[in-house]
Amino acid sequence: MSGTDAGVAIVGGGLVGCMIAYALRQRRRSVIVLERGHVGGESSGVSFGSLRLQGQHEAELPLALRAQALWETIEAETGESVEFRRHGHVHLALDAEQQARLERNARNARAHGLDVTLLDRDEALGRWPFLGGQVVGASFSTRDAVVNPRLVAPAVARAARRLGATIQEGVEIIAAEHDGVRFRLHGRTADGAVRSVTAETLVNAAGAWAGTLAAWFGETIPLFPAGPAELVTEPIPAFVAPVMHVVDGSILFRQTERGNVVIGGHPRMRVDAATRTARVPPDKILTNLARLVALVPRLRAHQVIRSWTGIEGYVEDMMPVLGPSISTPGLFHACAFSGHGLQLGPAAAAAIAELIVEGTTTMPIAPFDIRRFYVSGQPRTLSLAEEFQPDVLAQAAPPSRARPSS
Amino acid sequence: MTRVVVVGAGPAGIAAADVLSRAAVEVTLIDEAERPGGQYHRAPASGLQLDMRRLLDAAHASYAAFHAQAASVCARVDYRPATLVWGVHGRAVHLAARGFAQSVGYDALVLATGATDRVMPLPGWTLPGVFTLGGAQAVLKDQGCLIGRRVVFCGSSPLLYLAAVQYLRAGGKVAAVIDTTRFAEKLRALPDMLAAPGVLGQGLRHMAALKRRGVPILHGATIDAFEGKARVSAVRCTSPDSAPLRVACDAVAYGHGLRPETQLAELAGCTLRFDPVQRVHVPETDPDGRAGHAIYVAGDGGSIGGGQAAAVSGRLAAAAALHDLGLAADVDVAASRASLARLRRFQKGVAAAFRWPGERAAALDDAVILCRCENVTVGEVRAAIALQDGVADVNRAKAATRCGMGRCQGRFCGAGLAEVAAACVGGHDHGRDRLRVQTPIKPLPMALAGDLSP
Amino acid sequence: MTGPSGPPAAAPEGTPSAILHRVAAFDTPLLRFTLDGRPMQARQGESVLAAILCHAGHLRRHECSGEPRAGFCLMGACQDCWVWFGPGERGRACTTPVADGMQVSTSPDPPA
Repeated sequence: MSGTDAGVAIVGGGLVGCMIAYALRQRRRSVIVLERGHVGGESSGVSFGSLRLQGQHEAELPLALRAQALWETIEAETGESVEFRRHGHVHLALDAEQQARLERNARNARAHGLDVTLLDRDEALGRWPFLGGQVVGASFSTRDAVVNPRLVAPAVARAARRLGATIQEGVEIIAAEHDGVRFRLHGRTADGAVRSVTAETLVNAAGAWAGTLAAWFGETIPLFPAGPAELVTEPIPAFVAPVMHVVDGSILFRQTERGNVVIGGHPRMRVDAATRTARVPPDKILTNLARLVALVPRLRAHQVIRSWTGIEGYVEDMMPVLGPSISTPGLFHACAFSGHGLQLGPAAAAAIAELIVEGTTTMPIAPFDIRRFYVSGQPRTLSLAEEFQPDVLAQAAPPSRARPSS
Repeated sequence: MTRVVVVGAGPAGIAAADVLSRAAVEVTLIDEAERPGGQYHRAPASGLQLDMRRLLDAAHASYAAFHAQAASVCARVDYRPATLVWGVHGRAVHLAARGFAQSVGYDALVLATGATDRVMPLPGWTLPGVFTLGGAQAVLKDQGCLIGRRVVFCGSSPLLYLAAVQYLRAGGKVAAVIDTTRFAEKLRALPDMLAAPGVLGQGLRHMAALKRRGVPILHGATIDAFEGKARVSAVRCTSPDSAPLRVACDAVAYGHGLRPETQLAELAGCTLRFDPVQRVHVPETDPDGRAGHAIYVAGDGGSIGGGQAAAVSGRLAAAAALHDLGLAADVDVAASRASLARLRRFQKGVAAAFRWPGERAAALDDAVILCRCENVTVGEVRAAIALQDGVADVNRAKAATRCGMGRCQGRFCGAGLAEVAAACVGGHDHGRDRLRVQTPIKPLPMALAGDLSP
Repeated sequence: MTGPSGPPAAAPEGTPSAILHRVAAFDTPLLRFTLDGRPMQARQGESVLAAILCHAGHLRRHECSGEPRAGFCLMGACQDCWVWFGPGERGRACTTPVADGMQVSTSPDPPA
């Protein structure tokens, strides 16, 4: 195994890394995925599972729409059920300010050809009578969907393997460099065995740890780790099909086909990327339960049975880093998805595969260039205080504005 | 003032709280049950006319002594019965009681969380009338009820004999005791079990009493299935000489020893290690129960050892906590350590004499329900492991199949899942993987309201 | 979630279909409760599980398989004995004492 040579080496076997491997094998490139743990074992496997389109940032929406088209054929592509269901997505407004946000989002969505219906309070409560009295309005987007995040990365990895990709699990890359001709990756397994890989092209799909790989090549991606708080109830008789999502992200929920209600709620929490430990604190569980019960009073009788989180990589403008390195030809970044990696995954993967094989891509990825961290003035469009708990932001390094030395 | 929180009011928790309550610390003793006792010293519900003296016979003296001690301890400390500890985070335990949530900070935390039955899933184990061995005893002591009128006690545990004798004393009929370990294995374990001759003698007396009452006892049998339609009606098994047997019954008490309740220890950051003798995961501790900074583990929740060992380890854990807080404890540490070592040696013998039949997982039919919460079959887990390149990672199998993802968080499927997974990759000895725990450790009502009082 | 969700078959105490067999009595006041709408009696101190299973062959049906379940561990760990106490309340039958006037049901009300 030591001394493997490949056309493309992908560091990170999350959903994005596996999808890139799949897209490259479709284009007949030799490819190896190097995953420290197991495929989909970090943030890919723990997300809420929403393939949301409405409310996405307008810079992200074109890519999100391309991704959705790919999601819509995922089960045919992989030959497996990943519990893809297109039941739509409801954004809820609890006050006038949030209602204005729904209207802005709807205009933006329609400008991109996404069908979004605005509902007033009575229409919303008539359609979803379990909602409590806080709701002042809603917007419904029918093309939005869900998948089971636990199933999807392993299914894509299997499909990539069937096309001939090599996916090595349990190999941690601890250093990498470019020797002028090829990339040299130095890996080790959990039992200490050394694995080295050489490749013509290197893809950084290392999730919350992608900043480390970038730094080996003198590049700065100002990543900080954070985790979503996810809860799940016991199975409940079916009562809701679409994802229900208060537009500020303070609470969102969906019901699986077996009846469990999956519950999310921002702000996102501090997690430890170094020790790879992350748990939802009890106070956070109580806060989110109180919000959910206020929104859906009939759920108060049910039980929450489990919580989980994971370690996701964020940057302050909440948009991915997607495209070629500025320091090293042949290195490509596909990281910093900021909680949107599940939905954007297939289009991001197609973009990287096209860039590697054809040198150009039809995917709308211009806003996601790493160079945005080296020029000043990327407008911040989101209130980070709303998105993250203060202790997350306290540990987030201020972005470097300097050019890389190389 | 310094606060020590003790979780669990069984023999270990009460012993720990007793020692702590004599030192200059505030003690909060939290227990999920309405009354102290844990499983070992479980007491009848108030008003139940159950003759505990008759039921426990020779063991009544230690039961009575425990409850006298518990009454005194509970009166001296901040005792919180009927309270679930559902999370540990940031030096505080998180509680739920009567629909309210609260947290209590600690300077030291003693976890005396006990154990539950370990079972190997079998065909028919979800049928009404099939209960755990511990459950059969609990509903008798707590509620004055037998689990049926003709009960089979089966599995591998010294408690099979104790529970069967208690059922006879309470007026029940015992259809059979079916023990999956051979008598020869018990004889081989005698040297270790002689470390506690009193406990061993009790076990032998129980076996003799059952024989006198004409109860069939089968050693070295294989349990094949629990049969029945709406309710269990028979246990199908194979005798050591390969003869198929069918024992008619209307209830089954089933268990293969105990597994520690380690969830809170795991949430508190303790390292869990696989104990190759007991074949369970236990928190890593020093001999006195230190399991991490300000965390102490005592009783069966730390290492399966029975009620006597639990009490001794509770005293040692309390002494360790006080020592680390710079306080003196009224405990003869050297004598307690020696006593605990002796009782643990006895338990090593018990673990060998009443072996966990992990190797049976390989023979389970694909259709057998492995996870009773989520209704996941053995076959579904095997298929998932085949798809994950034969990697026997149980958390990965859980993610793919939902096995262990339900209300009990893998308490009752976890041991079987580890063995099914290990068998898929060709080895009983690989069964060392375990399901990770998540908060809340037991289901929590969504309407749980925060306690607004300070 | 599919599957039958009929109420447990109740029968007079002591008939063969009752799971539990009471061997010690409570000397406490008689309480009245309903099980899926049918009037039942129990003694103060009795657990919901004992009060039901002294008369019935099971407690609930599994959400997915529809198979009858009657609890398993009887000590609050396996979570296989959750029942409903009227709209809006839910609990483990094995660790919840019967209260006078309790309306126990073995299947949930739909939440909407």
